Amino acid sequence: MPPRPSSRASLCCGVLLLIALTGCAGDRRQPKVEGDLNGNLQLTGSSTLAPLVSEIGKRFETLHPQVRIDVQTGGSSRGIADATSGLADIGMSSRGLKESEQQGRTTWTLAKDGVAFIVQAENPVLELSRQQLRAILTGQVNDWSELGGRQGEIIFINRAQGRSELELVSDFFDVPVKEMRADLIAGENQQGLKMVANEPRAITYMSVGASEFEASRGVPIRLLPLDGVEASVATVAAGSFPLSRPLLMVTASQPTPLTKAFIDYARSPEVHDLVRQLSYVPITL
Amino acid sequence: MTWCASCPMYPSPFDRRLGVLLRLIAASTCSLLALIVLFLLLRSWPALEALGGRLVTDASWHPAPQAAAGSFGLWPMLVGSLAVTAGALALALPTALASAIFCQFYAVAGLATGYRRLVQLLAGIPSVVFGFWGLVTLTPRIAAIEPPGPSLLAGILIVALMILPTIMLLVEATLEAVPKDQLLAAAALGMGRWTTVRQVVLPTARQGIFSASILGAARAIGETMAVVMVCGNIVRTPDSLFAPVRTLTANIALEMGYALDMHRAALFVCGLVLLTVALLLVVANGVLLQRLSTGETVRG
Repeated sequence: MPPRPSSRASLCCGVLLLIALTGCAGDRRQPKVEGDLNGNLQLTGSSTLAPLVSEIGKRFETLHPQVRIDVQTGGSSRGIADATSGLADIGMSSRGLKESEQQGRTTWTLAKDGVAFIVQAENPVLELSRQQLRAILTGQVNDWSELGGRQGEIIFINRAQGRSELELVSDFFDVPVKEMRADLIAGENQQGLKMVANEPRAITYMSVGASEFEASRGVPIRLLPLDGVEASVATVAAGSFPLSRPLLMVTASQPTPLTKAFIDYARSPEVHDLVRQLSYVPITL
Repeated sequence: MTWCASCPMYPSPFDRRLGVLLRLIAASTCSLLALIVLFLLLRSWPALEALGGRLVTDASWHPAPQAAAGSFGLWPMLVGSLAVTAGALALALPTALASAIFCQFYAVAGLATGYRRLVQLLAGIPSVVFGFWGLVTLTPRIAAIEPPGPSLLAGILIVALMILPTIMLLVEATLEAVPKDQLLAAAALGMGRWTTVRQVVLPTARQGIFSASILGAARAIGETMAVVMVCGNIVRTPDSLFAPVRTLTANIALEMGYALDMHRAALFVCGLVLLTVALLLVVANGVLLQRLSTGETVRG
């Protein structure tokens, strides 16, 4: 067993807790909740954000039983468009707004998503350039000796389809998922971590928060810097680490009180555990 | 068995009430299964309707929330599932058979009991522990022979280890059920131990051995956690034992948490395919058992 409960296990615990809370909310907590928050909230947009916002929405619903929160996906662009056309109360975007999109919209950063490439601590390669990483992703480089390392086949461990890490890496290096040539695919973070810790020829990428935490616990992995910037939660939070992106909520310039209440809740420390479970970096207000 | 529904009985009021209760419990079990099938069908219907034959003909598995944007070929994963199952069964069945024969006919009483306890313990180890052991111990050793390590071979070895106790304990129960007078008759004819096993025990027990392998195969095809950890999970029809594979169960476990719309529906199709394979195994079991037993009656 992994020494730390996997994120899936903690997710299960979270869900159980949520069920328990729902049970309480039904009879005991309801009278305490102020009656002013009721109605429906419609959110559309990025499929990266949807799982996180759904979880936050469920928690918000248990606190405010009169509120229904509906989360739909359709891509960041649609989320940004729907937020102003009135089709949705809040749009979700996993990219910054283009200049043409900023007119008449307000953005709220929910969290940051940062990904670091990791290798085993004994791997002599200390840094890889964007071109070198891109060559690893597409399978153009197959041996560590071509990158200044020890002779040995590069074992590139990719992530499962649908994970935000994969999407971010695919966008950043401009390599469609179909063109990636992976040797293995890891599901949970713990699995990729164990593979890299055991295998000096392996390289994978992982949420900066999760990998920094594991490295600090003594797991023999090393986070590779990118473009000369150290990979750490601090550089992601500061916005200087290049392989990161903001996860935004977009609203029309004048959000309704209910919309504002949900946004404030989604940015509050009360949901930081959910943000971390999905391997994102919470923002500190 | 002398008690059956058609036997003349004189049921007491208690028996009647018990009968009703047992019927209710049995009915709820059946309807639970029916509900599961219905649920799977409902959830996978959008994919079956929109994708249809593409689930087999699409060359790769690059799912997307919209049908047009992705490709949804399940074939390599079905091959992966079947390859792991067949390989594991090929390894586990002879080993389990040999273990059972050893325990039942060759080992001294104390040794047989100890060995049996050990196998029962093996049956109780959670699959994630097998997977973890495979990930940290087995795959690095395979990687030393032929990278990348996590592979079809690793999956076969781990799953074989997992189904071995199931098959062995079931086979042993069957061997034990061989009538003692047949063994005595064999001894009276002067047959040796191995001749008795080969000529008397195995032919009598073949139905049970067959059922045990079917149950083992069903467990192998449904195994998820250990397989995710040691198989490498690349969606590609394996061309060697050292190639990574992804099974249908692994595919569901890997992607369900992040799948949306059509992608999600396609994952439910994976579940439906697995259920169908399990159903085929059960049906094959029933048909072959019937054939075996009618064959015996004709001969008898």
